[in-house]
Amino acid sequence: MDNVVLSRAIMGTSLGFHIVFAVLGVGMPLLMSVAEAIGIRRHDPAWTALARRWTKAFSLIFAVGAVSGTALSFELGLLWPGFIGFSGSMIGLPFSAEAFAFFIEAIFLGLYLYGWDRLSPLAHWLCSIPIAISGAASSVFVVMTNAWMNSPTGFVASGNRIIRVDPIAAAFNRSTPTEDVHMLVSAYFVSGFAVAAVYAAGFLRGYGDALHRRALPLAMAMAVVASGLAGITGDSSSRFVAGEQPIKFAAQEALFPTTAGAPLQIGGVPLPDQNRSVLAIEIPRLLSFLTTWNPNATIRGLEAFPRDLWPNVVVVHFSYQLMIGLGLVLGLGSVLYWLLAARRRAPPLDRWLLLALVAAGPASVLTMEAGWFVTEFGRQPWIIYGVMRTSAAATTTPALGPTFAIFLVVYIGLGVTLARLLLRLAQRERLRAATGDTVPRR
Amino acid sequence: MTDLTLADGLAGILLLVITAYAVLAGADFGGGVWDLFASGPRIRAQRMAIATAMGPVWEANHVWLIFLIVGLLTAFPTVFAALSIALYLPFTIALLGIILRGAAFTFQTHGYEAAGELAPWGAAFGAASIIAPAFLGAALAAVAVGSVRATPGSNVTTGWISWLAADLALLAVALCAYLAATFLMVETEGDPPLQADFRQRALGAAMVSGVLALIGLVLAWRQSPLLWSELTGRGIWLLLIALINGPIAAFAVWRRSPRVARVAVAAQIVFVLWAWAVGQWPALVPPDFTIHGSAAPDATLLALTVTIAAGMVVLAPSLWLLFRVFKGHNPAAN
Repeated sequence: MDNVVLSRAIMGTSLGFHIVFAVLGVGMPLLMSVAEAIGIRRHDPAWTALARRWTKAFSLIFAVGAVSGTALSFELGLLWPGFIGFSGSMIGLPFSAEAFAFFIEAIFLGLYLYGWDRLSPLAHWLCSIPIAISGAASSVFVVMTNAWMNSPTGFVASGNRIIRVDPIAAAFNRSTPTEDVHMLVSAYFVSGFAVAAVYAAGFLRGYGDALHRRALPLAMAMAVVASGLAGITGDSSSRFVAGEQPIKFAAQEALFPTTAGAPLQIGGVPLPDQNRSVLAIEIPRLLSFLTTWNPNATIRGLEAFPRDLWPNVVVVHFSYQLMIGLGLVLGLGSVLYWLLAARRRAPPLDRWLLLALVAAGPASVLTMEAGWFVTEFGRQPWIIYGVMRTSAAATTTPALGPTFAIFLVVYIGLGVTLARLLLRLAQRERLRAATGDTVPRR
Repeated sequence: MTDLTLADGLAGILLLVITAYAVLAGADFGGGVWDLFASGPRIRAQRMAIATAMGPVWEANHVWLIFLIVGLLTAFPTVFAALSIALYLPFTIALLGIILRGAAFTFQTHGYEAAGELAPWGAAFGAASIIAPAFLGAALAAVAVGSVRATPGSNVTTGWISWLAADLALLAVALCAYLAATFLMVETEGDPPLQADFRQRALGAAMVSGVLALIGLVLAWRQSPLLWSELTGRGIWLLLIALINGPIAAFAVWRRSPRVARVAVAAQIVFVLWAWAVGQWPALVPPDFTIHGSAAPDATLLALTVTIAAGMVVLAPSLWLLFRVFKGHNPAAN
């Protein structure tokens, strides 16, 4: 494998690993904050116990997020020296702001984690707010840098030399609003479904106690709201991409010829060599309509662009369909959960529903990862869209193969150990609840 | 002149950040070293003291490294790229050490109450705590002797595989261990036998780092005219202060004055780093990269300065609150 492929493989693995912890770092503090607030308002110790339990698990998740995030900051240079040497003066600013946001999150997490018995309940709850805000701010800042790679603005360059920079314009580029908002709501989307999956599994295994009865509906509340918002922002993202990166758009829709009144393809296998897709269900004129509100509008297909500028159509189309398909199923599932809850006036606990919710946890992570596959594979062959090719940015070091192998082993080791620890933590908390009765039974 | 002032100011801030990382995270790495080399009848108490001291602070100490990286890539992007190319291997190995150290420590301590002893992660914590500072020290040697160039050669071991680099790698580990031992002497003031363990370790580390430092000076003199001229040029005063401060620190350990020793050892690291940094000014990474010549455009430097100022406005009271709530006491001790 050549260096570009290996660099992409290492970076992709690192990002794909880190983002799972990063999104929980955005979403879980909000859940903790809400749980604790309800506990204070209703004088309900079960809600407080829930927030406390989540804090313990979260501190483990946060640490893995911190170290994997460090890896990414190194890898910007180690894998992509050509990229960072060129763009550091543009995208370094949001990264610096993110470092502050991360520091604030770490400080208040320390206060929150160790301050349960030292702070008044109100002061302790107030500490959760900066955690939730700085977690969200971290996401917003980091995604600004990715948005810049999609819409590079705010500089004048001559070849590889930067002549003038407007770092504020670079941070607030055209892609920033859609990407930032879509990522932020996706973080709550994943957090909601991931936490719901944990408690659904608890119910299935017969551990359903007062904490479970509170945790599951709260997580599902986050999931249903975030699903709706992810749908709306995803829709506007797609329409934005159609104008901003028409090649990426054509690839995600697997549209080869430029078409007036283009159909929406559901499923299907793109055959880039033959400039067509097979096995797709086509809904006439729907793509044109969804993109422009005009069913007869002309949508540029891949054939309108030189072939060497095409991204990997199969990967982009498949990931895009996976994201939308899973996103729709999960969103509708969360609506169904609340419809059942409204009809029965109690949170539903049917076995089939709980099983589905357990599956929804990993599925929500897959949905988000698929979304990033669309963004990243769809931007190829560019690392900075229209400005720098990925092949020009990669390092020339000969040691990438072993690096990839070692990092893969390390990430797997970290993931497995963390999962084991979280399971044991849950087990121990159950034992404590059963014997110590710090948690009310109902 | 404005850009010169801003670039120099940001280089100065980055030096402060490196210093903070070296002293604060250095002590945490040293804690890992002593976790690995815990021995004697109080082996468990030693490890417990280390975990208690590091628990609530290591993540905050680690953040200085993030600040260093993002500050460097923002204000001096071409230098960041050149360092990443020339020092790919030591940085990657140090990074692995940093990842494993952080994860292993978390798994070991937070995980302890949940899962009991996690033997392989305990060993990983100690080993990674040696690997990370050693390879960062070797990378620093490569920078100091001027082997990170604007046009990189194809040799991936240039600069960081040498006797001087090996000496600085060991010195970095020894200084971390020394620093940690004096910090732990303060932390264990209520437990004289345990404190005596760490005093003994501090004395050993003092001797080892003193010898390694002197060897380093001889190697710099014999093998790196660039580094030698920097250290004996503008950096000479800081170097002389370090040579006087070194014995003072060791004496404070010997006299069982851990609080004085802690400050003196931390100061020793400051003096050594600053002797190197002041000596090579106005070069950022000698000989090709000067602070002025490799700085990002003015607008970026200004925006970064404003970002840092704004960030500090939020950060400073937050840190104050953290220390205020825990009154300087270790929150994990409860």
